[in-house]
Amino acid sequence: MHICRKNHSVIIQGITGKQGTFWTEQMQEYGTRVIGGVNPKKAGAKHCGVPVYGSVVDAAREVKVDATVMFIPPLGVKFAALDAIEAGAKLIVCLTEHIPIQDLMYFMAAADEAGATIIGPNTAGTVTVGECFLGFMPAFNTRIFQPGNIGVISRSGSLATLICQILTGSGLGVRAFLGIGGDPIIGTTTLDALKALDNFEGVEAIAMVGEIGGVMEEEAAEYAKTMSKPIAAFIAGGAAPIGKKMGHAGAIVIGDKGSYSSKKNALEKAGVNVIDTPMKMGEALRTGLA
Amino acid sequence: MNFEEFAAKPILANAGIRVPKSILCETPDEVARAAHDIGRCVVKAQVPVGKRGKAGGIQLANSVNDAKKHAQNIIGMKINGYVVDKVLVEAQSNIIREFYAAILNDPVTQTPLVMFSTEGGMDIEEVAASQPDKIKQAKIDVRHGLSLTQAFGLVEDLELSGANEEVAKVLIKLYSAYRKNDAELLEINPLVLNSSRSLEALDCKFVLDDSAVKRQPDLVAIGTPEKLTELEKRGEQHGIKYVELNGNVVVLANGAGLTMTTMDVVRHYGGEPANFCEIGGEAYTKGRAALELVLAKPGIKSLVVNFCGAFARCDVMMEGLLEAWVSLKPRIPVFFSIAGTGDEEAIIMLKKTLNLDPLPNIDEACKAAVKAAEGQ
Repeated sequence: MHICRKNHSVIIQGITGKQGTFWTEQMQEYGTRVIGGVNPKKAGAKHCGVPVYGSVVDAAREVKVDATVMFIPPLGVKFAALDAIEAGAKLIVCLTEHIPIQDLMYFMAAADEAGATIIGPNTAGTVTVGECFLGFMPAFNTRIFQPGNIGVISRSGSLATLICQILTGSGLGVRAFLGIGGDPIIGTTTLDALKALDNFEGVEAIAMVGEIGGVMEEEAAEYAKTMSKPIAAFIAGGAAPIGKKMGHAGAIVIGDKGSYSSKKNALEKAGVNVIDTPMKMGEALRTGLA
Repeated sequence: MNFEEFAAKPILANAGIRVPKSILCETPDEVARAAHDIGRCVVKAQVPVGKRGKAGGIQLANSVNDAKKHAQNIIGMKINGYVVDKVLVEAQSNIIREFYAAILNDPVTQTPLVMFSTEGGMDIEEVAASQPDKIKQAKIDVRHGLSLTQAFGLVEDLELSGANEEVAKVLIKLYSAYRKNDAELLEINPLVLNSSRSLEALDCKFVLDDSAVKRQPDLVAIGTPEKLTELEKRGEQHGIKYVELNGNVVVLANGAGLTMTTMDVVRHYGGEPANFCEIGGEAYTKGRAALELVLAKPGIKSLVVNFCGAFARCDVMMEGLLEAWVSLKPRIPVFFSIAGTGDEEAIIMLKKTLNLDPLPNIDEACKAAVKAAEGQ
């Protein structure tokens, strides 16, 4: 997968909407190189100080597009993602929740073929601390994000916010945060994110924030065995009842599959320090780094 | 969203897959009339769960009287927590072979998977566990669909009493029904080869992708609504994700991950969460409705509010919550933990309105709420 850097040029799909506008301004202020936006009805206009294009493909005729961030309603995402892929974007951040799964699998297949990374759907995005952020994480809040050497992976944006705040509070800092999203099928899995952070300069240790449902943490555990960088993990949902979707479409335990204990066991076998409350994340990583 | 057999089978029939003649009935008299029209039949309980046969909810009837007698037993019977209020009266088939066929969204390969097995009529999880080599499966690229070559290739080496090509054609039809109806799972078990050498779907399981309900309004009208408590229904009406639980510590947070974690930490300190309730994402403006909802549960002892703003701004969530607090004037002890987008504004509002400070972190807030619930 690709991690966003400060020299990457970014297009915001759906830039003119309320959330698109608010978060584009936040991204620009942080340092993200936003070079334009898309709204087919407002092509030719300027918004947030950058040109609005009719499509990402149109934008790519004039400028190189490395990444896009989509502020697009669920039923429009398939078309928007295909546009970004066709334009040659290598990183596509899909924030939207409730995208029909068949739409998602359709554009994921196209992205795969084009060598593009889909992050999400149903994610808060990514932060490369001190460089840029994509999506709607509070990257600019210095009580949450301080520069440091931790790579953070999370299926949940709100829980990641908490974890980063805990890291900051314990004197640690973050190099890169990858929000992968809370849906059962997502473009960048825990394993993909773990590999990317393992190979990312400046990351010395990993905070993995998982949750019940699916087998992504179990898959990642296999790779974790081969890593020399320390990993601490928190898995949310230990107190959740079986067979109930807990807010995230992906957070459901069916039988033993996807259960807290299955994930905890797999990770612990791989040498990962699985903590029982998020407050212990700082201490666990300090111990690992020592 | 789940669909009962009577609602799922027309989806197959519309795609050109043969299903036996059937009539949906609600009383033994209706069943008798249906049996008179159909002849030798099967009386099948309609409930949105499996293992109906083992529970005695599926009975063969060779006469009208038989059918009526079975209906009297089945209607009103409880299967897996569901009371049977309707039955399907279906023509019997002369079964030669029973197969299994399904298309499903597979989170591991992240593609639709076509599955076929010669061991129909059994629970597919059991087949997968005991005879995994009896299950054939293949990934499908949604952009290209399932081709006849791919479908035929999947079953060509199997001994199917000469019905291989027909089976391949059924798989194609099944896939087109899966696509058209935004299925998460579309399963025929059993798919039978009958004595007139044609393939028939004797049962069908259909699960609609919950994210596709907006573009499938006709299906939603015939699907089985999820079994919800009164409070959960209220949550759904307000667009708030609320799951009722057995404890007495109310949990209100934003984001599924953070809300689950708040429950976990409550449990970690010896408390029991009363609910899962989150107002993250698009629901972050619903602080007011959410507070009213969580406080409506009887027997609650304390409340922990945990906001970590990202997209959901703490100040906006807090504003709604305080508005509701002032008008409801609840007397329950409340403990806050607040961080992220809009946190400073939210903390000021909390101090001004309730003269309260947030606790320094999630552990302290949950610990305090558990203690308060224990009456300390």
